Amino acid sequence: MLGSLSETQRPARWAWLLLVPVTLPVLLLYAWLLLASWSDGMEGFRPLGFTLENWSFLWQPDPFGPNIAQLTLNTLLFAALVAVGEVLLASTAAYALARLSVPGRRLWLAMLIVLHAFPGITLLVALFLLLRQLGLYDTLAGVVLAKIALELPFHVWVLKGFYDQVSWDHEMAALLDGASRLTTWCRVVLPIIRPGLMASAVFAFLSGWSEFLLPYVLAPGADVQTLPVYLGSLLSQADVARYGTVTAVAVFYMIPVMLVYLFLQRYLMVLYTGGVKR
Amino acid sequence: MSESGAGTGAASHGRAAAVLAAARPAAPWRLGAGFLLPFALVVAVFFLIPAVLTVILSLTDVSVVTGLRDFRWVGLENYRRILTDPVAGLVLRNTLLYVGATLTLFNVGLALVLALATAFLPQRWGGFFRAVWLLPRITPSVVYVLMWKYFAAEPPYGVINQVLAALGLPAGGNWLYEHPWPMVIAINGFVGASMGMIIFSAAIQAIPREQLIAAQVDGAGTWALVRRVVLPQLRWPALFVAAYQTLSLLASYEYILLATDGGPGFYTTEVWALYAFHTALSNYFGNAQYGLGAALATVLVVIGLVASLLYLRFFNFRQLTQRPRIEVS
Repeated sequence: MLGSLSETQRPARWAWLLLVPVTLPVLLLYAWLLLASWSDGMEGFRPLGFTLENWSFLWQPDPFGPNIAQLTLNTLLFAALVAVGEVLLASTAAYALARLSVPGRRLWLAMLIVLHAFPGITLLVALFLLLRQLGLYDTLAGVVLAKIALELPFHVWVLKGFYDQVSWDHEMAALLDGASRLTTWCRVVLPIIRPGLMASAVFAFLSGWSEFLLPYVLAPGADVQTLPVYLGSLLSQADVARYGTVTAVAVFYMIPVMLVYLFLQRYLMVLYTGGVKR
Repeated sequence: MSESGAGTGAASHGRAAAVLAAARPAAPWRLGAGFLLPFALVVAVFFLIPAVLTVILSLTDVSVVTGLRDFRWVGLENYRRILTDPVAGLVLRNTLLYVGATLTLFNVGLALVLALATAFLPQRWGGFFRAVWLLPRITPSVVYVLMWKYFAAEPPYGVINQVLAALGLPAGGNWLYEHPWPMVIAINGFVGASMGMIIFSAAIQAIPREQLIAAQVDGAGTWALVRRVVLPQLRWPALFVAAYQTLSLLASYEYILLATDGGPGFYTTEVWALYAFHTALSNYFGNAQYGLGAALATVLVVIGLVASLLYLRFFNFRQLTQRPRIEVS
């Protein structure tokens, strides 16, 4: 999708002069983080000495602090459950809305757009009380369900777009051969929209992996704490003594995000252009 | 992306339905209902019920003090309190400043600059800069704010102050304490710019090549090309980005919570959504006022609902306005 104007014009020097200084702070933020995680201390960009000590949490867990392995496992479980749940529920619901006879189809679609644009995070107070009433407060299940519900309308909307682009001829051929709608969906339609399912799953996983507010409010307990909640608590302590460790944990926490970004960026692009909150 | 698909889908839908009706009974509605049920259940319990609950709670004085049993119905009392609350006025002004400045400077302004500038670069480099600008969006909020916190720190630790010193400019103290607003706006803006950038880039890409070449044959320079040919085509995308991001900014408070927590001092960077959050779930006094917080949230919910209904019309309108353009190219 790139460089449309550069083909009709000589590459403009002003574009470079504009982009480099504006983009530099972004690059510096990440360069600083990487540098800080390997050094004794930082004065601006000046490392005060190279050390592996910051990463010692990997092989020498702090007996008094929370266990990073447990935090990582919690985060992984949360993100994976969110991804599986969202793709499962969105792929069925979107198919029903795109292709099956559902009463009140237009109404469902309208509701979907409204829910998608609705700022779900404003419901945090009610969600908090609801989960306490249901006995799901401070449980993984509760926070997973809340996260799924708030993001589901978006995923249904995106997957419906993918279903809409599947030619009816494929489906009809299968149906005329005597397959049921269910079999057709499973064996014919799902493989066609695999890129959409991938995009949805990758996005849901990353979004779950990065989620801070919901677990922070709905599952703050030590047993179910996730990495972002732990980092958030470190961040709110006014003067963090071991900020080398904090940056190392942050880099460690970023690794899956960066890997996904490097290798699966194509899939993410599909969804980001679809319009994401914020 | 779904708009183009919807048209062909609907057309072949009729054809397929006719053939299907002849071949075998129409798709059983039970399958449709079964496919929708799990989705409907989860969304009903964890999205719709909380939405209704928010409105109901806003009419009570439920708080930590009253517990979930001894609360009373207070009617519109919470809303009256908001109207007379001096802090709410301050918070409202903060919200307008936050949304207005972030939207114009970054979500639309910087996004436009990025989309235009990257379009004038060779493909590879344009793609590189766009990829870099997506980084803040995919970075988990805690890590992202962590980086900014150390950037803003006082000398000799803060990067901003070190850069200023290197340039021979006077360094300040901690930027988050001394200049909280520029920092809050930048922190959110660096994340928000990418959505507009992508949408504008796609729109620029969609401009018919002949138009650009024709303008150049007529002697248009870079600036004339941008102003006469490109910018007019970005009017609709810009309106969409502005509308969408206004709503998102109104409801978002995660980055402010992590960066300044509404401070420094007395509600300096407290915005409406954060105020609702603090009132209901995390205030200094330990008495979480669920009812009042829910009322504050309801105000946002109403704004969100109105805005999203406007979207509904806007989307339709956009489809209508797009059709001629496809015929021209």
